[in-house]
Amino acid sequence: MEWEKDRIRNFCIIAHIDHGKSTLADRLLEYTGALSSREMTEQVLDKMDLERERGITIKMQAVRLKYKAGNGHEYQLNLIDTPGHVDFSYEVSRSLAACEGALLVVDAAQGIEAQTLANVYLALEHNLEIITVINKIDLPGAEPERVRQEIEDIIGLDTSEAIMASAKNGIGIEEILEQIVTKIPPPSGQEQSPLRALIFDSHYDPYKGVIAYVRVVDGAVANGMQIKMVATGKEFEVNDVGIFRPAPVSVGELRSGEVGFIAASIKNVKDCQVGDTVTDAKRPAPVSLPGYRKVTPMVYCGLYPVDTVDYENLRDALEKLRLNDASLIYEPETSEALGFGFRCGFLGLLHMEIVQERLEREYNLSLITTAPNVVYRVTTTADTVVEIENPSKLPPVGNIVFIEEPFVRALIMAPKDYVGSVMELCQERRGIFVNMEYISINRVMLTYDLPLSEIIYDFFDQLKSRTRGYASLDYELAGYKQSDLVKLDIMIAGEVLDALSIIVHRDKAYHRGRSFVEKLRGLIPRQLFEIPIQASIGSRIIARETVKAIRKDVLAKCYGGDITRKRKLLEKQKEGKKRMKQVGNVEIPQEAFMAVLSVGDK
Amino acid sequence: MTISLYIHVPFCLQKCRYCDFISYPYSRAAAKDYLAALIREIQLYGSLLDEVEKEISSLFIGGGTPTCLPVEDLREILECIRSVFRLTPHCEITVEANPGTIDAGALYELRRTGVNRISIGVQSLTDGLLKTLGRVHNAAQAGAAVRLARLAGFDNMNVDLIYGIPGQTLAIWQETLDRTIAFEPEHVAVYGLQLEEGTPLERSVAIGDMKACPEELELSMYHTAIILLKESGYHHYEISNFARPGRECVHNMVYWLNLPYLGLGPAAHSCLRGERFANEREPEKYRSMLRRGELGVADREALTMETEMSETMFLGLRLLQGVHLAAFRQRFGRRLEDVYRSEIKRLTKDGLAEIVGDYLRLTERGLPLANRVFLEFV
Repeated sequence: MEWEKDRIRNFCIIAHIDHGKSTLADRLLEYTGALSSREMTEQVLDKMDLERERGITIKMQAVRLKYKAGNGHEYQLNLIDTPGHVDFSYEVSRSLAACEGALLVVDAAQGIEAQTLANVYLALEHNLEIITVINKIDLPGAEPERVRQEIEDIIGLDTSEAIMASAKNGIGIEEILEQIVTKIPPPSGQEQSPLRALIFDSHYDPYKGVIAYVRVVDGAVANGMQIKMVATGKEFEVNDVGIFRPAPVSVGELRSGEVGFIAASIKNVKDCQVGDTVTDAKRPAPVSLPGYRKVTPMVYCGLYPVDTVDYENLRDALEKLRLNDASLIYEPETSEALGFGFRCGFLGLLHMEIVQERLEREYNLSLITTAPNVVYRVTTTADTVVEIENPSKLPPVGNIVFIEEPFVRALIMAPKDYVGSVMELCQERRGIFVNMEYISINRVMLTYDLPLSEIIYDFFDQLKSRTRGYASLDYELAGYKQSDLVKLDIMIAGEVLDALSIIVHRDKAYHRGRSFVEKLRGLIPRQLFEIPIQASIGSRIIARETVKAIRKDVLAKCYGGDITRKRKLLEKQKEGKKRMKQVGNVEIPQEAFMAVLSVGDK
Repeated sequence: MTISLYIHVPFCLQKCRYCDFISYPYSRAAAKDYLAALIREIQLYGSLLDEVEKEISSLFIGGGTPTCLPVEDLREILECIRSVFRLTPHCEITVEANPGTIDAGALYELRRTGVNRISIGVQSLTDGLLKTLGRVHNAAQAGAAVRLARLAGFDNMNVDLIYGIPGQTLAIWQETLDRTIAFEPEHVAVYGLQLEEGTPLERSVAIGDMKACPEELELSMYHTAIILLKESGYHHYEISNFARPGRECVHNMVYWLNLPYLGLGPAAHSCLRGERFANEREPEKYRSMLRRGELGVADREALTMETEMSETMFLGLRLLQGVHLAAFRQRFGRRLEDVYRSEIKRLTKDGLAEIVGDYLRLTERGLPLANRVFLEFV
């Protein structure tokens, strides 16, 4: 297809998990012939196995579609996928910057969820044209009119042209494509100016090096061209330029307004920063495109190999993951108990779980993950402010003037019958009530300021279980507030295990300490000697449990000489031992290091 | 080198509540089929083994309950074995007998066929506990079996006992030991009850109908057995086994010393020519294999030297004398102290094992924790 900038439309889809984003994307691909229905594997855009398993999108994809519109012209549509989980709202803003329009997909039965709302606001900030799609209208329980009203009332969008659709059954697909063509503006940008392309994502390919996903704003990029990364100043020769349909296809050139990928034998992912501007090395653009703010991790945890010899492997694996995940941050750290490992920063708990699972699954590593924590800010008597990413590094009490912790502003949407339960939960989690608003007759939006540390303790699970799954949550960082916090240490066999230290509100310390040691007693298997487990604040012991010594462990006789069975039993027992971490004399199972997360507050 | 022979009889009158091994109800028809297959298996090995391998230093007929079978069947088995294998002059020939399945006549006949050792599954001398275990006999029958075996001329007798039974007290156990010692058996085996998953007894404990024996009590029972049996002149030679000097079980020693043996009958295990192999467990399949003229073997595993060393360790350490360092070196061409240097260091530090003279052995503390020690060697 000839490049004609007026016939290009760049858009993304904003939707809550389960509201049908992936299905809609698949339908669009199918309708425009990018894939025959036979070729379609379910939900093409979710590429990683993990994404498919969890039904969420983590990495963005950009697909080019060809569409012949009602006006007889053929259009180039670039669909840029967005992640749908609160952890990844940062990545959403990246894809929004590469688009001129967005499809807002809302489930006709569920209505707007907190996540969707947050992303729509982001899209509006980016001046995106929004096309409203009310999906799943053919399902029993669908109330498209109510949902349409909700969208008008809460977001203030004009929904007179909202599309009633069922992605699953192909209803409304053509209308969606028509509105993309008629309502979303073509990209602006100067074709004759020097090249300026925004890197909105990257991907590491073991054969081609780093693949940059770009949106060309001005000029063009072509094979053989010498390009320069503005932020790093590094230059590369382009050896492949292409698009996704959704399989990668080389096209030789990308011009102003187009979306695609560039390969230029970039070996180091640091040389291809997401948010950076690509320009022509021979004719550099005088001004770079506005980039992104640097991503700030919300939660941190320690990652340690169970077997110390795996340290190098863990480092290599993290390095490789980082190639495809700019938001993953890590630096080496040493724990007295666990030896050499890394302190890693994540966008949120889901992000953390995904990284951990990928390390274990794809790199075959056996890991110990310490309980996640937020970044605390400590003002010391020396009048300095230190940021604490690891609870065990909290300065001695005598040196602390006060401690601040990050708060988030949380938006919670729930049916009105559950408002009481939600408020109760927020209260338990030290929440500060901000606002309550009816979004329809039956649904309420609550705004609370909550300590981030309370959100990472199974808040979302609790919210879901107390509202039978009807509540949705979104939050954004809302600054630091002073809190009465203390460090809770755990001693095992008389030694403080630094990897188990947590920072907790004073009012909850006693209770959490007690439940924590009880939990640990259940998790640590009996060993050759008695193991006292204690929780302490400063030098004061607040809880104690004991794992009794094992006194008897003998196999009965070998019936009829079945030695193999006996050996297998021993091997199984040994395998279990191997997965444990030897700390001093004590063998501690991996789960123990995360145990505090499942310690309830009641 | 001679080998040992094991014959598995897969029948029981009824299944014990703690047993998770395969056994089948006895019927004449099933026994006949079994017998035919077993005879065929014995003959097959007769044509496969070389002369040295056919020299048998111990024979053990176990089960199941071998004494479910009429004596004539057992005699037929023995005769067939004698026609194929050569039994050494002092060959130990043991039959496992369960009280309630043998009478004076049967015992007398057994002795006459050349069986020179009898192992009696007494398990307990308390009716209530025997019921808990789901045994077919009561305490009186158990005592009678022991006395009748003596009258029948058995001068080498083992009594099996179980401790750690739900409801068993230390006093009851002590009494059982005293009465057992009064029978003056040449050999006593005491086993801690294991609640195997899926057995009726395990279910009873799991649903709270019965209370499992507390670990501390079980340990006291074990120590009591050691003390009482030693006081009465028994030599504690293996974790669970006690014998009058010179009456150690020759057959079981073969297992513990990791020496070759051939097991025949369904589900029987063998260790021969550097392999471990096991027969088909299902009697039906076992029979049809033999009917086709094939061996009844279902699984085979060639042993690497590494595995063989490891097995030599965790079997040999069951013996209180321990593993003989010189014998290990002669067998594997490597010094045990070199192969397991760090393991021995750890175990010595924890006080679980020690090298004394030319043996590596469990310490007194290591005895009830033997599994922990074995783990170091797998």
